[in-house]
Amino acid sequence: MSEQTLTVTSAAAARGPLAMEAISLSKDFRIGRGHTLHAVRDVSLNLYRGAVVALVGESGSGKSTAAKLLAGQERLTSGTIRLDGKQVKVSTRSDFRRYKSEVQLVFQDPFSSLNPIHTVRYHLERPVKLHQGKDAKVDQEVVSLMEQVRLTPAKQFLAKYPHELSGGQRQRVSFARALAARPSVLLADEPVSMLDVSIRLEILNLLDDLRERFHLAMLYITHDIASARYFADEILVMYAGEIVERGPAEEVTQFPAHPYTQLLVASAPDPDNLGSTLRRRGRRQGPSTSGRPQSLEGAATLGCPFNPRCPFADDLCRQEDPALTQISETRGAACWHLDVAAPELSGPRGGGATTTE
Amino acid sequence: MSADPAADSAIGHASSRADGRAPNRITDRAAHRATGGAAYPAADSSLADADAPAPGSVLDIRDLSVVYRTPIGDVRAVDRVNLALGVGEVVGLAGESGSGKSTLAYGACRLLRPPAVITDGSVIYSGRRVSKPADILKMRPDELRRLRWREIAIVFQSAMNALNPVLNVRDQLLDVIHAHLKMPRDEARSRAASLLDLVGIPRSRLRSYPHELSGGMRQRVMIAMALATEPEVIIMDEPTTALDVVVQRDILSQIVELKDTLGFSILFITHDLSLLLELADRIAVMYAGQFVEIATSDEINREAAHPYTKGLLNSFPSLRGPRRELAGIPGSPPDLRNPARGCPFVPRCGYARPQCTDVDMRLLAVATSRDPDHVTACPFVLPDTPVPPPAPPSPPAPPSPSAGPGIPAGEQGT
Repeated sequence: MSEQTLTVTSAAAARGPLAMEAISLSKDFRIGRGHTLHAVRDVSLNLYRGAVVALVGESGSGKSTAAKLLAGQERLTSGTIRLDGKQVKVSTRSDFRRYKSEVQLVFQDPFSSLNPIHTVRYHLERPVKLHQGKDAKVDQEVVSLMEQVRLTPAKQFLAKYPHELSGGQRQRVSFARALAARPSVLLADEPVSMLDVSIRLEILNLLDDLRERFHLAMLYITHDIASARYFADEILVMYAGEIVERGPAEEVTQFPAHPYTQLLVASAPDPDNLGSTLRRRGRRQGPSTSGRPQSLEGAATLGCPFNPRCPFADDLCRQEDPALTQISETRGAACWHLDVAAPELSGPRGGGATTTE
Repeated sequence: MSADPAADSAIGHASSRADGRAPNRITDRAAHRATGGAAYPAADSSLADADAPAPGSVLDIRDLSVVYRTPIGDVRAVDRVNLALGVGEVVGLAGESGSGKSTLAYGACRLLRPPAVITDGSVIYSGRRVSKPADILKMRPDELRRLRWREIAIVFQSAMNALNPVLNVRDQLLDVIHAHLKMPRDEARSRAASLLDLVGIPRSRLRSYPHELSGGMRQRVMIAMALATEPEVIIMDEPTTALDVVVQRDILSQIVELKDTLGFSILFITHDLSLLLELADRIAVMYAGQFVEIATSDEINREAAHPYTKGLLNSFPSLRGPRRELAGIPGSPPDLRNPARGCPFVPRCGYARPQCTDVDMRLLAVATSRDPDHVTACPFVLPDTPVPPPAPPSPPAPPSPSAGPGIPAGEQGT
């Protein structure tokens, strides 16, 4: 699987040099006696400076575990992470701290990721002192961080406690805290899903702006494939711990190849969706949405993990797990029946002639 | 209650109510009687003739005002709001956090606790099972108890917090059934099981505890509880916000199916306008405790009139169609403690002009709309009003989606 994966050029590669390389990451959790949960299975991805890669999938698909693996917060069951070409080992505390100063993680919930008994200043001073050494001009640095995330006037906000801030402001503090380490890689785990729709865009714009200004390599984890279309260069679709499809954001959302991606795209609320299942009754569209959402434990252990919900599943799908195969130079999908699922893509030259506007 | 024939009808039995789908209507604020300070609890909740509900409506909210009393002044969370929910209709209530949408819905059921105070208005309920329309705000406690859940049920936002962690699913369903319907134990148990069938959860889950269920399943249990008494109205407060899109669509299509077979009406609260455009018949957009626009969802999608609605529509990325420039709504909602004069949206509005501080926020008909009841609170902006050029010239946009008309200055200044 991994050799084939490597032949797919990341759509994000054009933006900048390779920052982080994850090769065949796997993570198993032992649950109860003799049961193993394969949370992440053989996931490979590359993050490039100045580019955004989106990891899209439903709850329980393993996206957050993947982020924790990349952040060094969980031990790998197998696989390799390389940062700037060097293999990463985080066995000691100081290793971990050094790694953290390069790779930072922003959490989903700004309501619980900040300490309620400390002020904003405390949240920012600590990482500045930790990662920038003793001779850092802490005050000056903290104020400039606040300005980077546009929490101005900085002085006023620094004295506040998390409960005095709105959700969007809290998430800005989380970003500032992550930037305090001056990282090269920023992993954002559902950074906007807890926020109001009207605020999400501002925060995404801010992230995009930070990416550009600091030339960050960014991993954007989300279940909202529509926001990934706008924000990311490359989309990786994850299901039951595996990458089932990858490719340029615009192509994946406009011409999804894997049946699961097709389901995701069909499920996103869309006002222009005139044949909506929600208002025109009795008509179901696209790949069946009637499949019961399954937990990871319920995913097929044999064959393609998506086969219990897949409209195209046959005996082959129930027996063997398809590897990620190449559709075009920049796209890959793991499905036995791409010719049926996405006939227009499985020709000699795949991919839609989409112009990214 | 038990003599009520509807109570005994099997759940899932199609009602014959679908006949009179009410035409969309908006009760014009000008036509409303001036309510003096509504003194409740009053002795009598039945209505004088003049207070008859709008025809075809099951829930008619009139001039409802709710304030939160705080030591530093009243927060006017809901300010003289009118909304009628028709029989079998899905009305969406859209707005940002803090716009007052939940306060409005809970206020209409008198579920708010101090410091919230309903200062004005009436909520006329006229379901099939009640002999004549009555004002919820004037009901006695026993009347209110009969109304709640039996007539108006609520699906709360956070299913994890709304379910009791130490009771299994069956006991929670039985709790609802026994509290509101007189029914023998056996019958109640089989009803609990059939309720789970209805929302698509296997019966084997009856003995599961909430922590053993996934988020989607918990939400389904909440919906089953709301359906247990066959209510006329279900208020859904962000029922799918915490769920991912596939589960969300699954649950919503189930809700719509159930609505069509059981014939209840839905008041659907969410901040996700894109969802409402697909789901709701009519959408009421709320800002700073007031409605700024009400229209059918088709009209909102086709030609929204109010700048705030336009802003909301321009906030979410769309999957289909060409990529468009997203602007969002810079700034944050106003402080409702001492509202500024005129339109509360002025500080964030791209169309703002000096006269905006004199706007009285009355809802005006949009003449050009296909929906005769399309109303907007903005007297200056029409659906086709061009967006005025933003003050700073917008930088060249593509390929990054970041460059809106001036990157929003953040939610600074509280």
